[in-house]
Amino acid sequence: MSAVVFARHAMTPAERLRDAGWVAFVGLILGIPLVGLTTVDVGGRLGVETRFGLLAAAVAAVFAGRLLLRWAIDQARNRKQERDRASTATAADRAHGAQRVVNVLGWVALGASIALPILFSDNRYVVDTATTVLIYVMLGWGLNVVVGLAGLLDLGYVAFYAVGAYSYALLSTQFGWSFWEALPVSGAMAATFGILLGYPILRLRGDYLAIVTLGFGEIIRIILVNWTEFSGGPNGISSIPRPSFFGLDFTRSAPEGSQTFAGFFGLEFSPMHRLIFLYYLILVLALLTHAFVSRLRKLPVGRAWEALREDEIACQAMGMNTTNIKLSAFAIGAMLGGFAGVFFAARQGFISPESFVFTESAIILAIVVLGGMGSQMGVVLAATLLVLIPEFGRNFAEYRMLLFGLAMVLIMVWRPGGLLAHREPTVRLNALDKTAATQEAAR
Amino acid sequence: MMLKMEGVHAHYGHIHALRGIDVEVQVGEIVTLIGANGAGKSTLMMSLFGNPKASAGRIVFDGEDITRVHTHEIARRGIALVPEGRRIFPRMTVIENLQMGTAHADPANYAADTARVFAMFPILEERQTQRAGTLSGGEQQMLAIGRALMSRPKLLLLDEPSLGLAPIYIRKIFQIVRELNRDHGMTILLVEQNANQALRVADRGYVLQHGEITLAGTGAELLASPEVRAAYLEGGHA
Repeated sequence: MSAVVFARHAMTPAERLRDAGWVAFVGLILGIPLVGLTTVDVGGRLGVETRFGLLAAAVAAVFAGRLLLRWAIDQARNRKQERDRASTATAADRAHGAQRVVNVLGWVALGASIALPILFSDNRYVVDTATTVLIYVMLGWGLNVVVGLAGLLDLGYVAFYAVGAYSYALLSTQFGWSFWEALPVSGAMAATFGILLGYPILRLRGDYLAIVTLGFGEIIRIILVNWTEFSGGPNGISSIPRPSFFGLDFTRSAPEGSQTFAGFFGLEFSPMHRLIFLYYLILVLALLTHAFVSRLRKLPVGRAWEALREDEIACQAMGMNTTNIKLSAFAIGAMLGGFAGVFFAARQGFISPESFVFTESAIILAIVVLGGMGSQMGVVLAATLLVLIPEFGRNFAEYRMLLFGLAMVLIMVWRPGGLLAHREPTVRLNALDKTAATQEAAR
Repeated sequence: MMLKMEGVHAHYGHIHALRGIDVEVQVGEIVTLIGANGAGKSTLMMSLFGNPKASAGRIVFDGEDITRVHTHEIARRGIALVPEGRRIFPRMTVIENLQMGTAHADPANYAADTARVFAMFPILEERQTQRAGTLSGGEQQMLAIGRALMSRPKLLLLDEPSLGLAPIYIRKIFQIVRELNRDHGMTILLVEQNANQALRVADRGYVLQHGEITLAGTGAELLASPEVRAAYLEGGHA
């Protein structure tokens, strides 16, 4: 019985030839006017010339191409069927193996990211681009809490990035706060905005939630554009102080009574010092974010986020306070976005509402979705791809966004669940007792 | 008295779904609610849970008025719901699902409760690291029941546990209901379309029609009642 069903999928050679023949025939019909006939200028008059040789070559190419395509599709389908037929036990093993690969990948990525500025210590472009990648990784991890774990579709995430950036910019330029003083305050500020946004939309979900968050992102941006006395309006805020290394500035000459980084360590001044310092700073911030989120995921609050993503009604029936779960997800996601914003402002030295447009939200969301919702390593991969593709695409000038879009489409076709769709369980068999212990400790 | 609903009304938007419900559940009883689609059975369950809140009337659980209490608070007071359609967390593993059931329970009981649920449903122990969404319907229903039991509830609400299951699992689910009540002393409120089976396991039953209780009695009385027979039993199930 199954053989009969199966025969429908596998084509015989005769069928393949017939299939390719039909396609070639269609190609021939279309090809006669398109390829076979062409107009030429015959002494001021329009004449028709036939190109049947070229037409024959084109039809042959279509025929061969169709045969190959069909064959490739069948191969891919067979392989998929085989994979599907594998038992659930091996599926679990494979998932375990995949997780191990991801873990190794993670350590390699960490090693590479630590070594990168040492290897490229005089290449400003590489260090700058890598810093941008890390900002997006951090933003992706922050949004991952809201979208990937808690399942709340947020299209206005850039608002929290902006709140963080403007908080630092204003605190430092108006009140002379240093980077390190402003960092926690700006994070708290962003978290407050997260809760402010969270409250009115507790009852919304899915599309409606997405629309309101989109609106929220725009509200923040429009306020920043129009409230000139407060935010400098479209002119933005400039001369934002750069972070210092434990009080040592990255300048050529220090003001009275303080030292420069280069002077203190007896190095020759180089503008690269600051770039490399900024790179390591965002690397540390990103790693702290990662450690923080990974830890939360294993605590009751993290599991509650995931349960909320899976089924809100069931959560309520389990006695979970969905209000608090949602607000905590918004607040923590916003706080992480705020931290990234502070770093962004400190790195750029200048911010304006231009940097916080909807496209940014869309890119961060794309990073989370392409990476595989809830997957930390997936975010790293997707952020790297989405920042590097437009960079590599610079040679293609105006076509680079086309390339960018094509890459996104291809990823979604190839891996609909995201690059790393596998979800790592928070409990392992041998770790059961330990989990019970951490649960206890967490309460 | 475990649970008492007095003249409870509930609305879904403009729909007046419950029109003055009086239901009582005594400690240690299995009480079943039967009724056709859209009679208000699930609404009754959900309004017990404060979602939607009762617009009139009173709900008393374990001597306390819970009519205005928040949904998550109600669960904490000892009511566990096995929702209609199971509603397990599909992307989480079996063991994680069980853990979610303990969201408000004493963590000291976690190991013992897991062992108890595994003893009741050995298949869950075998599958504990598997994603819950990959379980069969019957296994998912067992997981949903196991998850509800993790919080050591005083009252277990089962909303159509036999819905969409294979006959062998339906029998199994009703057997579990009976065992939970007999061996563990669990008080159970069971909502079912499968009137025949439900009335057989139940001590008492209510028939719900258009948001009102039209009949009440012991399981045996309702099974024998001509109205129930005509409306719910004859023509297939018996």
